[in-house]
Amino acid sequence: MDDHTITIDGAEIPFQQGQTIMDAALAAEVYIPHLCHYPGLTPRGNCRLCSVDMGNKSVAACTTAAVAGQQISSDTPALNAARKSITQMLFIEGNHICPSCEKSGNCKLQAMGYYLGMLDEHFPQFYQRREIDASHADILLDRDRCILCDLCVRASREVDGKDVFAIAGRGMDAHLIVNSSTGKLIDSNMAASDLAANICPVGAILIKQEGYQVPIGQRIYDQNMINEVGLQEKAVKKTKQDDD
Amino acid sequence: MTEAKIRIATTSLAGCFGCHMSFLDMDERLVSLLEQVELNRSPLTDIKHCGPCDIGLIEGGVCNEENVHVLCEFRANCKILIAVGACAINGGVPAMRNYFDLQDCLQEVYLNGAGITNPQIPNDIELPLLLDKVYPISEVVQVDYYLPGCPPSADEFLQILEPLLKGQEPVLVKAHLHYD
Amino acid sequence: MNQRLPINSDSKSEHLLHRLYALQQQCLHISPEAIRQVANEFNLPVSQITAVVAFYAFFYQQPCGRYHILFSNCTSCGYLADGENLLLQFSQHLDVAPGKTRLDGLVSLGETSCIGLCDHGAAMLINGLPIIELDANRIEQIAQLIITETPLTNWPTEWFQVNDIVHKQGLMLSENFTVGSSLKRALASSADDLLAIIEESALCGRGGAGFNTAKKWRICQQASGSAHYVVCNADEGEPGTFKDRLLLRSHVEAMFEGMALCAYIIGAEKGFIYLRGEYRYLLPHLQAVLDQYRQLGLLGNHICGDVAFNFDIEIIVGAGAYICGEESALIESLEGKPGIPRVRPPFPVTHGYLGQPTVVNNVETFIAAAQIVLHGSDWFRSVGTEQSTGSKILSVSGDCQLPGIYEYPFGISVQQVLHDCEAKEVQAVQIGGPAGRLIGKEDFNRRISFEDLSTGGSLLIFGKHRDLLTINRNFAHFFAHESCGFCTPCRVGTKLLKNNLDKIADGRGTQQDVVEIKQLSDLIQRHSHCGLGHTAANHMLDSLQHFPQAIEDLTQQVFAPPFALDEAIKDACRITHRDDAVARLK
Repeated sequence: MDDHTITIDGAEIPFQQGQTIMDAALAAEVYIPHLCHYPGLTPRGNCRLCSVDMGNKSVAACTTAAVAGQQISSDTPALNAARKSITQMLFIEGNHICPSCEKSGNCKLQAMGYYLGMLDEHFPQFYQRREIDASHADILLDRDRCILCDLCVRASREVDGKDVFAIAGRGMDAHLIVNSSTGKLIDSNMAASDLAANICPVGAILIKQEGYQVPIGQRIYDQNMINEVGLQEKAVKKTKQDDD
Repeated sequence: MTEAKIRIATTSLAGCFGCHMSFLDMDERLVSLLEQVELNRSPLTDIKHCGPCDIGLIEGGVCNEENVHVLCEFRANCKILIAVGACAINGGVPAMRNYFDLQDCLQEVYLNGAGITNPQIPNDIELPLLLDKVYPISEVVQVDYYLPGCPPSADEFLQILEPLLKGQEPVLVKAHLHYD
Repeated sequence: MNQRLPINSDSKSEHLLHRLYALQQQCLHISPEAIRQVANEFNLPVSQITAVVAFYAFFYQQPCGRYHILFSNCTSCGYLADGENLLLQFSQHLDVAPGKTRLDGLVSLGETSCIGLCDHGAAMLINGLPIIELDANRIEQIAQLIITETPLTNWPTEWFQVNDIVHKQGLMLSENFTVGSSLKRALASSADDLLAIIEESALCGRGGAGFNTAKKWRICQQASGSAHYVVCNADEGEPGTFKDRLLLRSHVEAMFEGMALCAYIIGAEKGFIYLRGEYRYLLPHLQAVLDQYRQLGLLGNHICGDVAFNFDIEIIVGAGAYICGEESALIESLEGKPGIPRVRPPFPVTHGYLGQPTVVNNVETFIAAAQIVLHGSDWFRSVGTEQSTGSKILSVSGDCQLPGIYEYPFGISVQQVLHDCEAKEVQAVQIGGPAGRLIGKEDFNRRISFEDLSTGGSLLIFGKHRDLLTINRNFAHFFAHESCGFCTPCRVGTKLLKNNLDKIADGRGTQQDVVEIKQLSDLIQRHSHCGLGHTAANHMLDSLQHFPQAIEDLTQQVFAPPFALDEAIKDACRITHRDDAVARLK
């Protein structure tokens, strides 16, 4: 056994010191489903789609350090069934009306549903009421579609250097908040060019004035599955460390 | 001896009939389909009540008491019930009214909206009463299969119907899956 | 909005939770303006303050009443007592809806997770003070006192009299502890010798996880960092647990000394006690003893004249969040953030408070450590089992004659405890609170120990008249309320589980619901981020395994909607003044 390899679904994969299982897998072009992970940003492990089996327990691949000799299962029927359930949970928790959403076709949550063969949402809908923030001239914040992945929070803090977002509230009350005196985007220093404005995996943060430039049917996940697209993502560069 | 035809019923609840239109997009393939099936209650036949059927196709979510009655009639009469399209599966666009209280919706439309003369909330006994929310059909009756899409394409209708007509389990190809 | 907010001149040294508590006390809520001001004072983002206020149950963004009442909803000290709903009675007496503040601002009413008064009948917190032994009569009297706006100081004092009822003393509770005795003994030895004594005692953490204490302290001692910290977890939030209430009142000296000797071993100068907000009324006593220790030179600089040993303790009071009993969530809370558990590893022992090596142990563990140093490891090992040395202090409540505190050697059978507390016709016992295990008769011969039934100390007894579905529902509501909301399986899953059980209780249970509950429970248990999620469905899985009939009888239907159809049409009937259709939707 190599000192610097882990095994995922029988395939030996090299890793470098400090990499997580997810880092190593992506580098080796092995796709592990994920929504709250983006290469380069500090992993958080909140969506749990990247749950993999190691020994008799499950761990999040994005936050678990790769350690030589790890035997990991990822693409198993049981794990994919769990991932499908988790995806369905995210669907029913928010209000994901794909036909009415500009993100449709470019949405990772939707693409995850396709990848996992999700035909219905299984659980009863919560139909929560969440606040929309249309105050900003260039950016729309529609919390109905927010999956609390925290990517905008981290992108703003770690790359944009702005700290525009946070998640507040406990349990089902958890919701995205804006770090401004009024709690509105207009009073924050966010710009449409920020990574935070462009990293949202769903249609919760949309850039205004550029809807439907690519027609439905010709969009990212209309053409390719998320497991193909997910391996192409280039790491973003942090300007600020998470623990600064 | 000719085999008995498979009986299919279809209806639209809180939907836009878009799924039915897409069904018709089968075009000439409808001819061969109709060699194997006969349509019971459907907007295409104008039969008013669902009789005993093999397959029921439901478009649209459940927004009022009439929807509930129709849906329950389908469930009672159809051996297999298929939720067709986004609205049947999760409420879809009509479910966007769930962001508001029913009272606020009705007031906005019938009392406060622009250009209204003689404002009043309709209360004729012939009108179906609205439910507090628009619900997916799976929250009102048991559903056997789901055909997502807004609408699902004619090909996808065939993908689910053809195996069922042969008594086989339908499998939707992941690459064709879409919710929009 | 020109209301002047009390300015705190010394906010730099004040803890964020304490500053917010002071504002909550003064203004009865924390307004957006107050949030902005605190953000300014602490030089923190507004969003962080907002997130903290939103996270902790005892902070309110809408004004509370001048009398703010929180009923416990625990199965032992909760408001459903002897077939009566005391919360509802109270609500009717004072015309205030649960979860609301009356328009005149006199009174607000809510419910809260277990407040640790399970040995005193139904209980509430009124403006943070506990009132015990509630019944219909007392509820009525309380309502009258509120209506007449009688100050709490003029209320019958016996209502607030929380006695610690110790039915059985063992190794720890029977020892008289002399102030300074353990610490002086400790300082006469080297850190390594002390650690060796703890190691020989085989002391393991009393919180339930049972990690070897000496091992934890050694790893921390050897971990490099700019500072080391000692944290005492006094956030006992597991419903049915109240032993810390006793320990913090009657044995806190040993606890301080346990912390100090830990500090001596690992090289810490700063310690924290994280006290649950529900126990705020214990604070004056803790502060008094702390002051006494400082005056005696047992805390502070040059402890006992040892010029190299400086250590002091600060008490941080939580604000109503069960999750903060999880050590990394507790540390987040200490750092002035929402209590969201960290990714582990790294563990607090190497990367804890402010990222520095930190020992987190609970109250009972520190007391045990202090006693071990005083009496020796053989004394400690004289009771217990091979793997579980020493004794365990249990909080016993529920359907028994003698609820209270019991100290037993590890290895005691559940049956013996049930016998001693005079529990008759017991149907089931929940060991370790809702996060623990639900066992039936066939398991009453099992033993309380790390190797068999591990527990932080809660033992809830359910007699044969109890409806177990009600118990499961109570626990499911508890976890849905206490989930921090960080990860999907726990955030959404605990809510779905709660909804599923409510559906069954509403008479709409189906065979499929049982399958759903099982699958959901497995998912939450296996894929959640932290220990809360991993244990949140234990009670359900145990119930399905040991008491399947409790749920099966109620789930015979093939299908039923998750909502009541006739309810769904009521709004429309009301708005259109029609009642013709109501009967038609069933």
